[in-house]
Amino acid sequence: MKILVCISNVPDTTTKITFTDNNTQFNTNGVQFILNPYDEIALARAIELTEGGKGTVTVINVGEVSTEPTIRKALAIGADDAVRINAKPHDAWFVAKQIASYIQQNSYDLVLTGRESIDYNGSKVAGMLGELLDIPSVSIIKKLDIEGDLAVVEREIEGGKEILSIQLPFVAGAAEGVAEPKIPNMRGIMSARTKPLAVVEPVEVSTNLTFSGFEIPAARGQVKLIPTDDSASLIGLLHTEARVI
Amino acid sequence: MAVLIYTENAGGKFKKSTFEAISYARAIADETGTTLTAISIGDVDPGELALPGKYGTDKVLHVCNGQLKNFINQAYASVIAEAAKKENADIVVLSNSFSGRGLAPRIAVKLDAGLADGVISLPEISGSQFRVKKTAFSGKAFAIFELTSAKKVISLSPNAYQVVEKHAEGKIEEFIPELKPTDFKALVKEVIQSADKVSLPDAEIVVSGGRGLKGPENWGMLEELASLLGAATACSKPVSDAGWRSHSEHVGQTGITVSPNLYIAVGISGAIQHLAGVSSSKVIVVINKDPEAPFFKVADYGIVGDAFEVVPKLIAAVKEYKASA
Ligand SMILES: Cc1cc2nc3c(=O)[nH]c(=O)nc-3n(C[C@H](O)[C@H](O)[C@H](O)COP(=O)(O)OP(=O)(O)OC[C@H]3O[C@@H](n4cnc5c(N)ncnc54)[C@H](O)[C@@H]3O)c2cc1C
Repeated sequence: MKILVCISNVPDTTTKITFTDNNTQFNTNGVQFILNPYDEIALARAIELTEGGKGTVTVINVGEVSTEPTIRKALAIGADDAVRINAKPHDAWFVAKQIASYIQQNSYDLVLTGRESIDYNGSKVAGMLGELLDIPSVSIIKKLDIEGDLAVVEREIEGGKEILSIQLPFVAGAAEGVAEPKIPNMRGIMSARTKPLAVVEPVEVSTNLTFSGFEIPAARGQVKLIPTDDSASLIGLLHTEARVI
Repeated sequence: MAVLIYTENAGGKFKKSTFEAISYARAIADETGTTLTAISIGDVDPGELALPGKYGTDKVLHVCNGQLKNFINQAYASVIAEAAKKENADIVVLSNSFSGRGLAPRIAVKLDAGLADGVISLPEISGSQFRVKKTAFSGKAFAIFELTSAKKVISLSPNAYQVVEKHAEGKIEEFIPELKPTDFKALVKEVIQSADKVSLPDAEIVVSGGRGLKGPENWGMLEELASLLGAATACSKPVSDAGWRSHSEHVGQTGITVSPNLYIAVGISGAIQHLAGVSSSKVIVVINKDPEAPFFKVADYGIVGDAFEVVPKLIAAVKEYKASA
């Protein structure tokens, strides 16, 4: 089985988000970039599913050369090889078009993404890929098993879950529950340096969206502290002052 | 021209987030001087189809087909895109629910449309400019985009737009789509609904617990408080990692993002990754025994105290408040 895992390079979760140039540029100064946490889950499951010679795992990233440390991290965790599409990832549509074009030339049985990237939180790439390739897609899965040429997945729905059986090839966005992220070991780190990392030039994509700028949410007012003995009065305040109950 | 709204149902009933999305779509139709058509797919309870009209829907397309009883992402996306073409719709609106997140990207590709996902307010429209705002960096910021394509798909975050009643004709028409066999490569084997629980992403009130609660056996009091308030329960990441609660309750940067009217955090320190997922809540209450807990910095109301003392007092107070109401 050939599995492709789409990975993105995102600011570390502890990053304090600030902007420059009149709130149009994300300030990357001092920011550490990491492998998107959901992509780590997708990668871990892909490795589990192919263990023992049952297949191969390729990771693909749309990014400039600066993302290579993140790609090497994925190789250290256990991907067999990697592809970098040499372009700035403008938006989900651009990324999906690049990856779809790559997949059309190198078919895969299963394509995994993370449920969303923690920077723009879009959950868009999996669905766009599914449509571009005319294969099924599930944007957020909580479990994934392969039985022959069928995938059995658990999908989250509001207040419950759904179990689906899906014909391969298909594309899914992995969320917690699919697998535990794996930590690279020494051997993995050593071998990552020599694993193949192909650099592919991007295809042309027409855009349908332009970015205008960022805003920082308004700060909240001072917290109103209520003495422990008077805890009960909170309920009255929530009713009369905050008007939320 | 028209605006098309996909009216999602759960168990035969339209959801609250569906009515929010209808009201939102109506406002866009008014702004752009056009009509609003709804499309409902699958079985809905008798009487439900009359409801979109109460929130400003001019026409309701109803698709009733045995093959579409369960949600099949690929097939539903095809049906909605086909309806958009039939209605000559330039704008398709959906709720950014779990299903909506699956549909929106597929519909956008089918229609060659720009996609604005998880928007939190009405678009700013001036001339051909169409600007939308969404949360980014898991709630740490907002990003503003301009959709430059002729066709647009917008998914609306739950709890971001108020439901507005507005009478319109809401004429019900049957819509018979063309089904493609290749759209049915997925099969729903089982749907498991916990009927008595309030769904977390849609909840207006959320009661959330952290590691400060010491163990799963102590969740009884949070569940009691939640059920008295009609709230959903949630937790911090270490709590679900330890298996005290299910992953579907984990909120934060790597979990669910919520924006309820009221978020009550009990025994949660307020780490940046946790705050990311809850900071767009309208009112935040923090209960923590450590006065230095970072969560107090972003709270509206705080009680410095032991959860095991404070929560029972709150439960008693809610009971009293409900008895007097
Ligand atoms: C990549 C990454 C992603 C992450 N994503 C998330 C995420 O999405 N969501 C998330 O929640 N976390 C996330 N985290 C973890 C986050 O950094 C914190 O570790 C976590 O939020 C802490 O959970 P907590 O507040 O429950 O526990 P703690 O930080 O241990 O806090 C427990 C709190 O309870 C208080 N307390 C103890 N006893 C009592 C008592 N009897 N009464 C009242 N208060 C009491 C303590 O004072 C303390 O403030 C992530 C971390 C990483 C590295």
